[in-house]
Parts: sequence; structure tokens; C-alpha cells
Amino acid sequence: MIRDLFTKSKKKQSITIPSKDAQHDVPEGLMTKCPECKEIILTKDLMKTAKVCPKCDHHFKMTAWERVECLFDEGTFVSMDDHLKTENPLQFPSYTEKVKSDAEKTGLNEAVLTGIGRINGCEAAVAIMDAHFRMGSMGSVVGEKITRVVEKATELRLPVIIFSASGGARMQEGILSLMQMAKTSVALKRHADRNLLFISVMTYPTTGGVSASFASVGDINLAEPKALIGFAGRRVIEQTVREKLPSDFQTAEFQLTHGQLDAVVHRGSMKDTLFKIVRLHTKEVYSHE
Amino acid sequence: MSKTLAFEEPIIKLQEKIKELEEFTTTSEVDLSDEIEKLKTRLKNLEKDIYENMEPWDRVQVARHPQRPTSLDYINEIFDDFIELHGDRVFGDDAAIVGGIAFFGEIPVTVIGEQRGRDTKENVKRNFGMPHPEGYRKALRLMKQAEKFQRPIICLIDTKGAYPGKAAEERGQSEAIARNLIEMAGLKVPVISIVIGEGASGGALAIGVANHLLMLENSWCSVISPEGAASILWRDSSLAKQMAEAMKITAPHLEEMGIIDGIVPEVMGGAHRNPKAQSAFIKEAIEKSLAAFKGMDGESLVQDRYEKYRNVGVFSE
Repeated sequence: MIRDLFTKSKKKQSITIPSKDAQHDVPEGLMTKCPECKEIILTKDLMKTAKVCPKCDHHFKMTAWERVECLFDEGTFVSMDDHLKTENPLQFPSYTEKVKSDAEKTGLNEAVLTGIGRINGCEAAVAIMDAHFRMGSMGSVVGEKITRVVEKATELRLPVIIFSASGGARMQEGILSLMQMAKTSVALKRHADRNLLFISVMTYPTTGGVSASFASVGDINLAEPKALIGFAGRRVIEQTVREKLPSDFQTAEFQLTHGQLDAVVHRGSMKDTLFKIVRLHTKEVYSHE
Repeated sequence: MSKTLAFEEPIIKLQEKIKELEEFTTTSEVDLSDEIEKLKTRLKNLEKDIYENMEPWDRVQVARHPQRPTSLDYINEIFDDFIELHGDRVFGDDAAIVGGIAFFGEIPVTVIGEQRGRDTKENVKRNFGMPHPEGYRKALRLMKQAEKFQRPIICLIDTKGAYPGKAAEERGQSEAIARNLIEMAGLKVPVISIVIGEGASGGALAIGVANHLLMLENSWCSVISPEGAASILWRDSSLAKQMAEAMKITAPHLEEMGIIDGIVPEVMGGAHRNPKAQSAFIKEAIEKSLAAFKGMDGESLVQDRYEKYRNVGVFSE
């Protein structure tokens, strides 16, 4: 019957049309599609603009190593603590496998890359979180790596720059994850007590336990445009307050308006901005005498 | 009328039976005192058996018991001349955190506690013990004040978490918690934090960077509530009971992992059975902790706190 034919063809259509998610998710290849403006961009061109859409300025997610490339003078970055290994302290089912597969996928030992490098000649210690690794969540190793790089900076009297990209605490490590918030804080406090500079750069996303610890307490807090920044997840808040939240809620621009950020900085001028800030803090202190 | 928890049912049933028999003896000629005595012994054994072998989920239930003493209950029992101090001097006063100055014996102290309500009306006022940024900022103001006047700080932790609301986000919930963590790290007076009920997430830790972190026997403390973890990791919040076990959130677990410095014993069956006796246990624990830090100078206290948190974490090299 005609009707049968009609439903049949409809079914067939739904099979061949990719799902909505898949449409946004163009696999890495020759071309990349901007999820915001749908512009098709040559992938190699995208790297030239530090993964910012040339048409709409959308800041694509970056891997930690891509950030190193955009940030440091060529060949100056030396990574630290790549040998630390995540354990499964609570014997959480399938946790070890998930960490292992993300390590293979990203080439990192955990969700943060740490080290020391030069920005236009200025030396700085840095921690760069990578949201491709377990959503950048913070467990024991992430906490330890950040703590160690902060301590190294304290010892060498260097500024610390932390690029956050994290969904929050790593739930599979339970209380140990929560305590990483305290651990990184006690280390940063020592760094601060020696009058050393800490710049926090929040990128997409900076939420939960990471947002509620080191990410929010930089001497200077920066963020990339449109980065998602907040404590609780949008869905949780909507369920709690029973109202729809505005679309700009918890964006970098929202946080700037609400006094939580010093500036929203375009990725294209991030290196230069960081250089200027670091330089302003490393010149000889003005003396009144 | 006290609320009965599921795991306590055998005890309650036996108690009812004993009561029934006792009433029967007084109204009739039959003497049942022998049987009653036997049942009472059985009840004692049963209570011991059940309350000393509580599962993590049982403890979560006790920690959430509506009659469980709150921060203010303990403050009034343990301290003298408590004067509540209000407000963060920036935005407002958050009733989900109480704080003030008081005498602990002869020692002036600052005491801060997360405060939930006992009934719906009070819970609305207290926001179910879930603080806003102004609550954490008030706590920090009082801690800095304590430092100025060289008073030890006692914090009572009891929260399901910092409030996940729109206004809380607008006023910087993350920053308020983060600021407390970093500022508490540098306090030059002793800080004793005690989890008295629930201790979830950054909302608990925000008054928990202490020289001694203690937990009541039936309290729990974790990165997120068992329901929250079950809903995120297993996509089913009804698996909270299993998650409570998997996440190792009870006081004995946290002591075993070296996260806390001690367990404050609870009265049999939970703190709500005898708040006065429970207060005495907490008082004793505070005395012990304060004695441990007596005479320590500010720098050493900061160093002590640093070492305590610096080494938390499980990994291999």
C-alpha cells in the first residue's frame, strides 16, 4: 500500500541522516566544521588561528600540547612528572580501564600537563588541564602534579599559570579527590606568601571542584571567551530553582559581569597578555627611597 | 516520636513487645518478669549486634535523622556565653552557617557551624543547611577575626553541599569556597573541624582545612552525596546505597585512609538518642585536640596544616 511505502521511506531516511550530535561532531580530518556557525574550515588553517573559528571566533577545545605550542617560545617547554600513575584506591569498577584508554587517546599520563617554559623569554611554571582526559577531572595525580609544579615555582621563584579545563573532582577517587582541592590550596598559599604571581586562566569548561579551588583564586583571573565557568551544573541548578536559566548563564562574559574575572582574553592575544602580566611582576620592585 | 530507620526495625519490634508485656503484668495477675528480663537481655544483644555492625548506608540514614542534633544544639551544650555574630559585611547574612564567639571552658574560641533546620519551617530559613557564598564569607570573616585575637577555631561541618542555585552562582559560590580553602591554609591559630552529620563536596571542605579533622562515628564525608555520584556515574540515583559502600564515605573508612585524625564516638544508636551525652563526647574530643596544639606558634600551625593536606592522594611513581 502507498501508506506502507511512505512509512518505509521515512524509516530509511532516519537511518541515513546522522543524529544531531553527530552533525556537530565532525571527525578530525581534512576539514573541521565549526559547531557554532557551521563554517567548514580547513583543519590545517584552524591550527594557524590557534583553533579559533575565523568566521565567528568560536574557541575550539584544545589539547594540552596544542596550548603549549601556542603559548611558549619554541622548544622551551619542559614537562614534569609525566611518570606519575593513577591508581584505583577505591577499587572502583572499570576506573583503571577508563584512565588507561584516555591516556592512550591523549598521550598524557593524566588530565593535566605541567612544566616550565618561556613566554617571549620570560620563564613561567605552568599547569595545563586537558578536558579530553576524563573531562579534565581532578583526582590524586592531577592534584599531585599541580601541587608539584606550584612547589617548583615557589622554589625557583617563578610565576605560576594554570589553564583550567575540568568538569570538577574525579568522583571515582571519592574523598581523595575532594582533598586535592585542599592540597593544591595549601601549596598555592605558600607560593602566594612569598609574593609570587599566580595567573588563573579558565577555559571551557571550568566547573565544580576545580572552579571551587585554585581556578578562582588567581592574583589575576582570566578566561577565554564563552568559556563555561561555574560551581554547579546547569541542569542541577535548573532542577533546584525550577526555572530556565538564561543562555549566557555561567559563561566567561557572565562571570566578568558578576565580578569574578579580571578580563576575558581572546586566544589570539593570550600569549601577549600573559607576557605583559608576567613582565609587570618581574621588573624590579619600585622603591620609594 | 522518634523516626524509625529501616535497619532498626527488629529493635523497635522487640522494644514494643517488652512494653506490651510490661503493661500486661501491671494490669493482670500473671507475673511475667522472668520473660521480660530475658527479652531485655535479648534486646541488649540485638542492639549491640545491629548498632555495632552498621552498614555505610545505615550510617547515612542516621547522619540524616531529622532529630539528629544540629550545630546550634552542640554549640549551646558545649560552649558558654556564646554570642552569635552575623553577616559577611559584603552582601548579607546566611542562616545556613552560624558563627560566633564563646568560652570553651576557660578558653575564648570562635565557633562556626553549618546549620540545618529540624522542621520544614526552620529548614526554609536555614536553606536545608546549604550555604550561599555569603555564608562562607561570613565564616572566613570570623576566622580572620579569631586569628587577630589569637582564638582557636572550632568548625562543625554538616551540609549536603554548597547551594547549587542561581543567586549563589551570581555571587561567586566557587570563589567563596576557593578563598576559604586558601585562607584557612594560612591561619595562625589552631583549627579543629568536626563532621557532625553530612559532609559533602567543597561546601563541607570550605570550613574543613583544619589541623585536626574529626568525624562523628555515624557521619559521612565525601566529594559528593551517594545519590549524586550514583546519578552521575551509574545514571541511577536509586543505587545510592551501593554507591555509599563503593565510595568509602564513613568515618572508619576515612580513618583507615588517613584522611581524618580521629573518630568521635556516638551514643548507641546515634547522636539523636542522647544529645547531651553526645555533646560530652564532642567536648572531650575538642579538649584533646586543643591540648595537642597548645603552645604551638602560628608558623608551626600553618606548617602542620600544610603537611597534613600536602600528602593526601594515592598514586604510583
